[in-house]
Amino acid sequence: MDVRFTLNGVERTVPISADTLLLDLLRSMKCYSVKRGCETGNCGLCTVFVDGKPVLSCSTLAARVEGHDVVTLEGLREEAEAYGAYIADEGAEQCGFCNPGLMMNAIALYRENPDATDDEIKEYLAGNLCRCSGYEGQLRGIRSYLNYKKGEACHE
Amino acid sequence: MSKLSQKEYRVVTKPIRKLDAMQLLTGQPVYTDDVTPQDCLVVKLLRSPHAHALIKEIETEKAMAVPGAVAVYTYKDVCQERFTTAGQTYPEPSAYDRLLLDQRVRFVGDPVAIIAAETGEAADLMLARVKVSYEVLPAVLDFHTAKDNELLVHPEDNWRSLCPVGADNRRNLVAHEEDSWGDPDAVFAQCAHVVEKTVHCKANNQAMMETFRTYCEIDTYGRLHVISSTQIIFHVRRIVSNALGIPKSKIRVTKPRIGGGFGAKQSVVAEIYPAFVTWMTKRPSKLVYTREECQIAASPRHEMEVRVKVGADAEGHIRAMDMYTLSNSGAYSEHGPTTVGLSGHKSISLYANQLQAYRFNYDVVYTNLQAAGAFRGYGAPQGIFAVESAVNEIADRVGISPIAIREINMTREGNVIRSYYGELATSCALDRCLVRAKEKIGWDDSSLCRMLDDHTVRAKGMAIAMQGSGISNVDVGSATVRLTEDGGYALVIGAADMGTGCDTILAQMVAEVMECEISDVTVYSADTDFSPYDSGSYASSTTYVTGKAVERACLELQDQICGLGAQMMELSREQVVFTSDSVRSEDGSRAVSLLDIATKSMCGNTQAMQATVTHSSPTSPPPYMVGMVELDIDIETGEAKVANYVAVADCGTVINENLARIQLEGGIVQGIGMALYENVTYMTDGSIAENSLMEYKIPSRMDIGKLDVEFESSYESSGPFGAKSIGELVIDTPVPAIAHAIYEATGVWLTELPFTPEKILEAIEQGGKYKNN
Repeated sequence: MDVRFTLNGVERTVPISADTLLLDLLRSMKCYSVKRGCETGNCGLCTVFVDGKPVLSCSTLAARVEGHDVVTLEGLREEAEAYGAYIADEGAEQCGFCNPGLMMNAIALYRENPDATDDEIKEYLAGNLCRCSGYEGQLRGIRSYLNYKKGEACHE
Repeated sequence: MSKLSQKEYRVVTKPIRKLDAMQLLTGQPVYTDDVTPQDCLVVKLLRSPHAHALIKEIETEKAMAVPGAVAVYTYKDVCQERFTTAGQTYPEPSAYDRLLLDQRVRFVGDPVAIIAAETGEAADLMLARVKVSYEVLPAVLDFHTAKDNELLVHPEDNWRSLCPVGADNRRNLVAHEEDSWGDPDAVFAQCAHVVEKTVHCKANNQAMMETFRTYCEIDTYGRLHVISSTQIIFHVRRIVSNALGIPKSKIRVTKPRIGGGFGAKQSVVAEIYPAFVTWMTKRPSKLVYTREECQIAASPRHEMEVRVKVGADAEGHIRAMDMYTLSNSGAYSEHGPTTVGLSGHKSISLYANQLQAYRFNYDVVYTNLQAAGAFRGYGAPQGIFAVESAVNEIADRVGISPIAIREINMTREGNVIRSYYGELATSCALDRCLVRAKEKIGWDDSSLCRMLDDHTVRAKGMAIAMQGSGISNVDVGSATVRLTEDGGYALVIGAADMGTGCDTILAQMVAEVMECEISDVTVYSADTDFSPYDSGSYASSTTYVTGKAVERACLELQDQICGLGAQMMELSREQVVFTSDSVRSEDGSRAVSLLDIATKSMCGNTQAMQATVTHSSPTSPPPYMVGMVELDIDIETGEAKVANYVAVADCGTVINENLARIQLEGGIVQGIGMALYENVTYMTDGSIAENSLMEYKIPSRMDIGKLDVEFESSYESSGPFGAKSIGELVIDTPVPAIAHAIYEATGVWLTELPFTPEKILEAIEQGGKYKNN
């Protein structure tokens, strides 16, 4: 069977099986930012947007995105660069394997709640595991970015 | 005042962004599975459901009938020379006890057959269709009864131990040693206070986000090219050579970015299987471990039971220590003989100041459980848990504070550390770390235990720790530095940046010595065909050992550049000096730019503008730290949560402030996971209950309170720019500090990890110390 959907702004039609997971489909379409860290929906590494909402692509059947809009970090490069720079300035990217999933949810957080408190940031990103950083550096980076965007908004 | 500022550095010590940071944060394809073809053969492993069994028969015909089936390999197909998968310098202390596939399977998860197929789906079908009949044997599942058990894990005749570590397969012994100094029994007899304690640490998993994975192909010259997520490219080359029985010169190993290691990838967990498939089929192949495989058949921490006895006089001078460690290596010996040493050498050695005698004996045993490996701390967290708990308890017995007992006894600069190979503590700011940590947490500002509300107790606890900086007289670090065509520098190393940022900090060192910007330095790592030999990134060695090689290589290159510059100006070498962008005559009247020298080096030139230096250190100077916790305990549920963790570390000169801070924070969180959440439970059949991230609970960002870390540096003159190490030290304090806080709240010393709500609740019911406050 085929699935037709929009991937990073481009209309695509690709063959899938009934049990193909969105994660595997996206990697087969060269969206290598999408990572698998577990098989149990615990790590958050495979997060992508479906119709603008973050979902775990490991727990989404590819067939489910028929007619929907899918965005991976490949489709958000500029935003990821601007945002990620604040995490890079803390050295909190570390091994980087969790970074794409984290960046997807961090971007979703900003879009949903640009005034997030530290506790809200932690809660929103609770499903994104990281084994390297101890989380504090990621929090500092995200905090700085949100503060910067807030300052930018005030000046407009 | 810190001794750090022996010299003001320009690039070293600065919080420079990791060179690869933006590529990682924007999700670029840089990891093994991203940079290798997706249409190669898929390799999967059929694993034993039994803890101990002999394979009677393997039927492969039905599997081979699956469309897309390529091969099923069994023990009959592989090289019969035993080897070890431990990534250690040859001759490895770990025994040669493995075959690629063996007729005897020794733990639940031991590979039985290697499957190769055109697709993952075909491989899965094949796994289901290989039929194996086993003769199930009784298994050694309790590590207390393993030594001299009549059941042998390795009865085979071709088992070999290459080093005198006390290994004996006829006794299920991976290692055994007895070590002492002075007369511990006589000194204990004089002690006013003696505390004895036995702690039990579990076989924790590294749980790096990228599971084990390896791709293999045959290169232009018919050699085997292994692309793998590994910390140890050169050891992989040797081990694959041993496993396949092919020459090392036929193998090339490279590593792309690594999605975390923490020691897990200091063992050759995955590489040998696709290597075998590709060598046999001459086709590209790939093996990607599932998370479940990582949890049940990889290279976790050694489960250890550590019994310690600490003796002090009436004033609290710690005079004697006696430790016995029983370590469970599981079915194979990887890192067994070496991790156990750190349980004593990195714990007893914290108290060199007043110690008069010690004894440190250990046994490391084979069992029919998952084999262990290397995990950040490498035995030190287990021993430090025991010693620090005992020292905290003895302070209580003596009637002095936990701070005071450290002030009296902790190792200080100038001490000779008998239990640490007699090394002199050349750089040690542990005393300043203690002062600073105490201030930061407000140790004296409130009682060690107080009620926050009607069901929450907040208690304080503390611990100190040390680690090493590389393995003395063993680890080899090398660096090649060359002048590039555009007048910058290329640094080629064999060390592996597994996320920690060693590519960046080593580039900082180049920029410091060559007086250039970090953007002028490009780093290449790591490739056994091109990198100078490096034993690899483990044992907290990269900054200290490889860093020194980088520093020395830069100085040699400067000399070469000056030589060519002098020749271009028709001066002698002695008449010129190196500056950031040129070579100048001593009087400053003439100069040639680095760019011109680089250009000249490619035309009619006979001198390589390239220096390679190999370094090894006769000592392993310890970094030190102090950790203090404020732990909130719910007295109704027993749930404990870290509210505040203060840590102050002495890693010598901090090469990159940001990256060192993240090491501290990340290590502390792993330590908190070890203390409170991460359990490993062996079922009665020897299988592991926590076989996914659903059950094996690594901390999430909701589980961590505030982390407050800083550095109090000493200056280690044998290290590059005064640096020691940071990577492993950082996991050592949370377990004993949290155990101490639980004691302050409950009056009970918990000794078995992790400290689950059930155990804490029981302690509250037994002790209820908080009621006294």
